[in-house]
Amino acid sequence: MGNLMTKKEESASKPEFVERVSAEDLAKKQREISVSEFFAKNRHLLGFDNPRKALLTAVKEAVDNSLDACEEAKILPDVEVKIAVAVNGGLPSGASQSGAVKQGTAKEGPPPAPSQADRFIVTVTDNGPGIVADQIGKIFAKLLYGSKFHRLRMSRGQQGIGISAAGLYGQLTTGKPLKVISRTHEKKPAWFYEVQIDTAKNEPRILSKREIEWDRPHGTQVAIELEGRYQKGRTSVDEYLEQTSIANPHARIIYVNPEGQRVEFPRSMHELPHQPREIKPHPYGIELGVLLKMLQDTKSHWLSGFLCSDFSRVSPKIAQEICGKAGLQPTMKPRMVHGEAAERLYRAIQGTKIMNPPTDCLSPIGEPAILAGLYKQIRGDFYTAVTRAPAVYRGNPFVIEVGLAYGTGQMAQSVVEQELALPVAEGEEEEKEVPLARLMRFANRVPLLYQPGACSITKAVVETQWRNYGISQSKGALPQGPVVIFVHMASVWVPFTSESKEALADYDEIRTEIRLALNEAGRRLNSFLRRRERAELEFKRRNVFEAYIEEVAAACGRLKKGRLNEERLKKQLQAIARDKTGGEKTDELVKKDGKHEPPVEHTIIMTPEGPQGAVPAPVDGQAMAEDKKEDPDGEVAKRRTKTGRSR
Amino acid sequence: MAKSQSVEQKLVGLADLVVEAARKKQDPQIEIPVRALSNVRFNERKRIIEMGKATQARTFFNLGMAKKFMQTVLVGDALAELQRQDLTTSLREIYYRTKHTLKDSNENTFDSQDESDPIIEDLEVTLASLREELHVAAEGRGSIVGNIVLVDDGDAIDCTRAGKSGHTVPSICEEPDIRIKRCGADFVLLVEKATQFNRLSEDKFWKRHNCVLLTGNGQPPRGVRRLCRRIHDEWRKPIHVLVDNDPWGYYIYSVVKQGSINLAFESQRMAIPNVRFIGLSSFDPEKHGLPRNVGIKLNDKDISRAKELMGYDWFQKKEWQREIKHMLASGLKYELDALANKDFRYLTTDYLPRKLKDKDWLD
Repeated sequence: MGNLMTKKEESASKPEFVERVSAEDLAKKQREISVSEFFAKNRHLLGFDNPRKALLTAVKEAVDNSLDACEEAKILPDVEVKIAVAVNGGLPSGASQSGAVKQGTAKEGPPPAPSQADRFIVTVTDNGPGIVADQIGKIFAKLLYGSKFHRLRMSRGQQGIGISAAGLYGQLTTGKPLKVISRTHEKKPAWFYEVQIDTAKNEPRILSKREIEWDRPHGTQVAIELEGRYQKGRTSVDEYLEQTSIANPHARIIYVNPEGQRVEFPRSMHELPHQPREIKPHPYGIELGVLLKMLQDTKSHWLSGFLCSDFSRVSPKIAQEICGKAGLQPTMKPRMVHGEAAERLYRAIQGTKIMNPPTDCLSPIGEPAILAGLYKQIRGDFYTAVTRAPAVYRGNPFVIEVGLAYGTGQMAQSVVEQELALPVAEGEEEEKEVPLARLMRFANRVPLLYQPGACSITKAVVETQWRNYGISQSKGALPQGPVVIFVHMASVWVPFTSESKEALADYDEIRTEIRLALNEAGRRLNSFLRRRERAELEFKRRNVFEAYIEEVAAACGRLKKGRLNEERLKKQLQAIARDKTGGEKTDELVKKDGKHEPPVEHTIIMTPEGPQGAVPAPVDGQAMAEDKKEDPDGEVAKRRTKTGRSR
Repeated sequence: MAKSQSVEQKLVGLADLVVEAARKKQDPQIEIPVRALSNVRFNERKRIIEMGKATQARTFFNLGMAKKFMQTVLVGDALAELQRQDLTTSLREIYYRTKHTLKDSNENTFDSQDESDPIIEDLEVTLASLREELHVAAEGRGSIVGNIVLVDDGDAIDCTRAGKSGHTVPSICEEPDIRIKRCGADFVLLVEKATQFNRLSEDKFWKRHNCVLLTGNGQPPRGVRRLCRRIHDEWRKPIHVLVDNDPWGYYIYSVVKQGSINLAFESQRMAIPNVRFIGLSSFDPEKHGLPRNVGIKLNDKDISRAKELMGYDWFQKKEWQREIKHMLASGLKYELDALANKDFRYLTTDYLPRKLKDKDWLD
């Protein structure tokens, strides 16, 4: 007891002896944190959580930048991505004369196998407009520097963190600088830069720069050495580039993987997507704080003028109405509106009916391009694409697009090919396992590979009743079957759940639009499936008898010990079969049926006679992907047989 | 062999039917007697189940029947092959013999034996040929022991010297393969399960009570039923049936007695209208003091099956209605094995002797 007392007394008196830290002392330790420092410690926020993801994110940021730059300069993008295993110690600091980034001399022995390696060099080269030499440092070695943040316009990148963050990550994990080559015009020289970020100041440090020879007339090449892990399969660089190519069929992408294999994703659209226009913010989309800042920064002298000129869709009449509701004079100086008045103004804006923002700031991929992308990359029997009309969430216009590819591509094969399958043994048929659909998510043409569960797109796909469209689906899961679902959101401001841009935030307006688009695509798929079922039944009706007649005639021949004219019996039976199934009449009926079927828009259907519908024309002899060999005459030949038959 | 000729002729008739229809530009069709309760009649005078006249047409050019038609002709061909080569085989071998893929497809003529077995039964009834005549042996055999001498394929078999497990009853028990040379027994006891057969055989029950023991391991196969019938017909011996006390046991008894619904046309040769049901009766547990806890609760299927049996024409006798109602009322079924609860040899020493002495059986 006594002990306890003492302890209590001690503990009670202890604070007396502790020296207090004064505010002044604390102030000595307080200092500004640069964004670079912040992100160096929180790299997961930018998608560099683990080596595997880091490699993908680096590729992704560089490719996104290349595509954005090309499109802005109205150049059809040609992007080359090369991932190579770095030899320990990496590049010799003085790059070779040609300037192209090469692996160092293998003094330390051969590099490890790609699956075992932990250091890679990612090189991305484009044919874009190039970058003015003075800007190279800032663009590649300063976080939050760029052209995209301060405007409301649709682009892949939004903040200007991406590529410099990838460089920063490389710098942190390997100590190597970012190597950049850029050339703006064939008559101008190419520049080679080695840059690093000064993390304390978030400023570029240029280690070397010089003019070099480069074989490209214009464009940019960036090489990052970083710690990473290379794996194929889901969420791999391979998957990312494949999906990028599907959503950007106007781009030609060449990919050399660490194993040295070269994959080409050909260009299947030869028009650039139309360039989105920049817009002013819509009044519904801003928050009170932003409004306050805009009130301070505006060049307008009158409140009504400020509303009209700094926002989209605010006419003088609407401005009057807003001012009236807020109880503020339209002639008031914007700078004088603050505090409670500003709050009234904010509420008045939300309570006034204002036209939706203009939508020419959006550049959806478009149905033909989505079809072209899916068709060249996915093997299927049926393709369709739906682009919704623009809609608005929180004042930001957006467009939802959905593509659907269905089937195994068997319809395109001839009947004989299909029957190469082995005869089915007893009990074998039930073993077939139906895989889940493959869902591809995109935002502003960029594939989203991580966090599918957190994404509004996944939720919309899961809550769609696929069973209504002839596809099986377990409760709360993706539909089953040979289906590829493509969902794209285009917007001036895509609401990501985090800075690493992996999942769309769940806004009701967005989810509803996705669902409506999926419904439309689903309806088209359903009508295809039903038509195919009918055709199969008809096909079966006729062919079943043919096969069975063979069997029956042969068995009768054996029963009669050969005293039977089997051929005659077969012919007689076939005649009866034709008679019973309607014969020629059915032929006509079926075809008529097909003719009356209204052609479905933005849909490709594979048939044994070749693809039908909105098939993208194979252009200027560019090789299609190998398994997609096209017969350019297929369409014509098919029509010819059709007319032949109907006579 | 004359008979065999005619079976082959009947099978060739299938081909003739197809050829004739084709010549007349008609859809070939086979008339197949309906094998269902709706098409059987209980002949009160003969006390057997007979097949009615209802038939079903199986036509070729009907999408729903085309495959079955084709399968029927294929099986007919295979059966003719057996006739011509004078071979006997099993249902399963017929399935394998007729299975192949159709030309230009990976569709099989038959996907499983479940498809070919009913076709063989269809042909049995259509051609009015017994399975034995078609040279198809049913699977599953029986055992026989006791005071009887058989000639099996020329060898005389004295079933008093056939050991504990007895002589095997083949699946085809017809002249000339099987002859009954002599039967000095007073009666035949047909036992459902091998366990009780073995017990009675080990205890030499047949010696003390001068009888023949037969088992078919569950529903007796055709060979056992046919042999039983012949002992009854040729040697005028009464037959007693000993089965579990459950609806399945009642049905085994009724198939032995009146014939089966599925192959009713064979009752003529298989059914033994004079057999008696010696046990287990639903009244036996009380008579023999079997405790409730060796019973098994009737499941839903048992109950509906029992009610179905009560509706059959051949179960309309008062005693039988009482028997089945009593089982339903108790809610329990009893296996023969449950008698072991009293004593391993209770069946041999008490149950059967008492039953025989009291003539405690149902007809």
